[in-house]
Amino acid sequence: MSKRLSVIDVDRCVGCQSCMFACARRLGEGGLAASCIGVRSQGGMRRGFVVIVCRACSDPPCARVCPTDALTPRSGGGVRLRHELCIGCGNCAAACPFGAVFWDGAQSKPQICVYCGYCATYCPYDVLALEELVQEVADAQR
Amino acid sequence: MLKDNPLARVLYVDLSRRRFWVEERRELFEKCLGGTGVAIRLLEEECPSGADPLGPENPIILAVGPLAGLFPMASKTIAMFKSPHTGNLGESHCGGRSAVSLRLAGYGAIVIRGLSPSPVYLVIDGDNVQFRDGAALWGVRSSYTVGSVLRDHTPASGLRTIMRIGRAGERGVTYACVIAETYRHFGRLGLGAVFGSKRLKALVISGRRSLPVKDRKAYREAYDAIFKAATGSPLMQKYHELGTALNVLPLNEIGALPTRNLQQARFEGAEAISGERLAREYLGRRLACAHCPVACIHLAALRIPHPRETYFYKTSMLSYDHEPIYALGSMLGGSDVQGMFMLLDEAEILGLDAMSTGVVLAWATEAQEKGLISHAETGGLTLRWGDYSAYIEAVRRIVSQSGDFYRSLARGVEYAASLYGGTDFALAFAGNEMPGYHTGPGAHLTYLTGARHSHLDSAGYALDQKMAAEGITPTPEGVAQALLSEERWRQVLGSLSVCFFARGVYTPEAVLRSLAAAGFELTADELSSLGQDTLRRKYAFKLREGFDPAALRVPRRILETPSPLGMLDEEFIRRAVARFVAEVRAGK
Repeated sequence: MSKRLSVIDVDRCVGCQSCMFACARRLGEGGLAASCIGVRSQGGMRRGFVVIVCRACSDPPCARVCPTDALTPRSGGGVRLRHELCIGCGNCAAACPFGAVFWDGAQSKPQICVYCGYCATYCPYDVLALEELVQEVADAQR
Repeated sequence: MLKDNPLARVLYVDLSRRRFWVEERRELFEKCLGGTGVAIRLLEEECPSGADPLGPENPIILAVGPLAGLFPMASKTIAMFKSPHTGNLGESHCGGRSAVSLRLAGYGAIVIRGLSPSPVYLVIDGDNVQFRDGAALWGVRSSYTVGSVLRDHTPASGLRTIMRIGRAGERGVTYACVIAETYRHFGRLGLGAVFGSKRLKALVISGRRSLPVKDRKAYREAYDAIFKAATGSPLMQKYHELGTALNVLPLNEIGALPTRNLQQARFEGAEAISGERLAREYLGRRLACAHCPVACIHLAALRIPHPRETYFYKTSMLSYDHEPIYALGSMLGGSDVQGMFMLLDEAEILGLDAMSTGVVLAWATEAQEKGLISHAETGGLTLRWGDYSAYIEAVRRIVSQSGDFYRSLARGVEYAASLYGGTDFALAFAGNEMPGYHTGPGAHLTYLTGARHSHLDSAGYALDQKMAAEGITPTPEGVAQALLSEERWRQVLGSLSVCFFARGVYTPEAVLRSLAAAGFELTADELSSLGQDTLRRKYAFKLREGFDPAALRVPRRILETPSPLGMLDEEFIRRAVARFVAEVRAGK
């Protein structure tokens, strides 16, 4: 079965950004340039936070608008990126209503979650989890 | 240092000419790491001797360290400037998103010079620096409004720090703070007034850079060790659960909680303002600084009824900590939590340091009680212990500086007492108002000898409690030596821009291991001489600007109110101060 990253309880998010740094560290980098997850306040921290992750849509709009098939749907939901096909047009980033297609400005290519769950292991407050994409979830998304 | 580490880049901003440029200061960061170590050297370069703290010649220096953006809890930005409050070294540390934003914008430090011809705010998004017209933001009543306007008009939500001043900073109150992300501050020593004197209303910094590491595997391993220690430690757990407010009850129990201008050190209303009670009845949310899993920031949800209309409420979210609770609670004899929070809200709206504000109000209350000041000075206001509506009105007048009396209060308690009397109970140390610990000689010696006159300089309050627990009789030499080693080590943590709450996690071994992963090969000896040299330089700056340890005033009041270690003795304190200063200067 495919897996996806899920925000299971956003109300517990304290905005520590440990997940964002974990995502970049997965590639052995410090800083945040390589991160495919975002945390920002809901218009002031007093209102809490928004956690931006790729929700692994079963019919992903980012893949539909890709002119070169660099982004293709993954079985069970979500997408895969083939860098060599990508022309950096940015359609995918514009198509994602959550802003979950992050952008590598230097390479001018999208950065896409690979659903590895490394970030979730660093969330101290159980906001994130890697979960199985069961068929019900996939159906409900249609 | 790794060759592609952007830490070495210093952004210089000249507000007078509206110009900016970047200089590579590799050797500076290789030698002094960053944060405090780099900031004091930049201050030496930038600040002329005898500078007017509110003049264009006083620089603002912001610096972060090599671990920021790489390791958890390296979350502080170190500000250095000449303090308009004490007239010597200004140094203040702020968390929030400030350190990560500055580092990932691609800088190790920012130096701000000059005086803007008109109100301005700076937006620094990576390499893009903009001077934006701040005229419309100048004079806005509430700092909250300024924050929300800037949120809507600046880039990089989630990746930015929004530092701004309130009316207090614009009007030069010498203990005005700079507020970041609404809930964190460069609180002490008046950085807000320095911003205001330059007509700099706000500073927004953002970035999302990548940072290089020496060895990926070693980096991940060093990271995991720090992360595990941070999330597994019982102390960090306590900071997360109750926050620093966990100190209120234990301090009260041992008789170390300054109450009613330290006329007492136990407060009968302590339970009402305790961390436990506030968590139960008011805690509305917990927050973390960027890249800190601890989340010690506690927000109270305060529901305030409209004064006239029924069924009409506003709900404020206010960050509380031990220090504001002490300063605006026990120090003012107040256990009306709602009133205390409303006063704190007003201090946030105006951009005042809560600690100095509380001590100033406490002195004024006692001075009025003793007849040193009358309604003629206060403009008809009666300040009474725990009367928050009068206190709220008083802080508004301090900021608007209506009349000589409030104008003097806007310069702190030392100055006000020099005009109106009541010096014996003016609780300032070298001009900086007292923090919330009357634990014994160690605490007060930290206030007197610490380079920032802050409880966090050398944590004498912790030393006192350790001596009390272990039954050790303090000696002037022993206390001086212990405070000196602590303050020196904290220069290392400050140079790494590590939060002092994480001092138990960042042991010398952990520091060396993390630094190695970040590409800095140092020895334990080199770290310790960096600490020693940094403190010596900070002191040299203080002495150059007129700080005179021999002339330090020991407020009588601290000798009159018993501490958990007994009555304090002025002779003891003077001997310890002399010893401390001699050793710092000798660099031993």
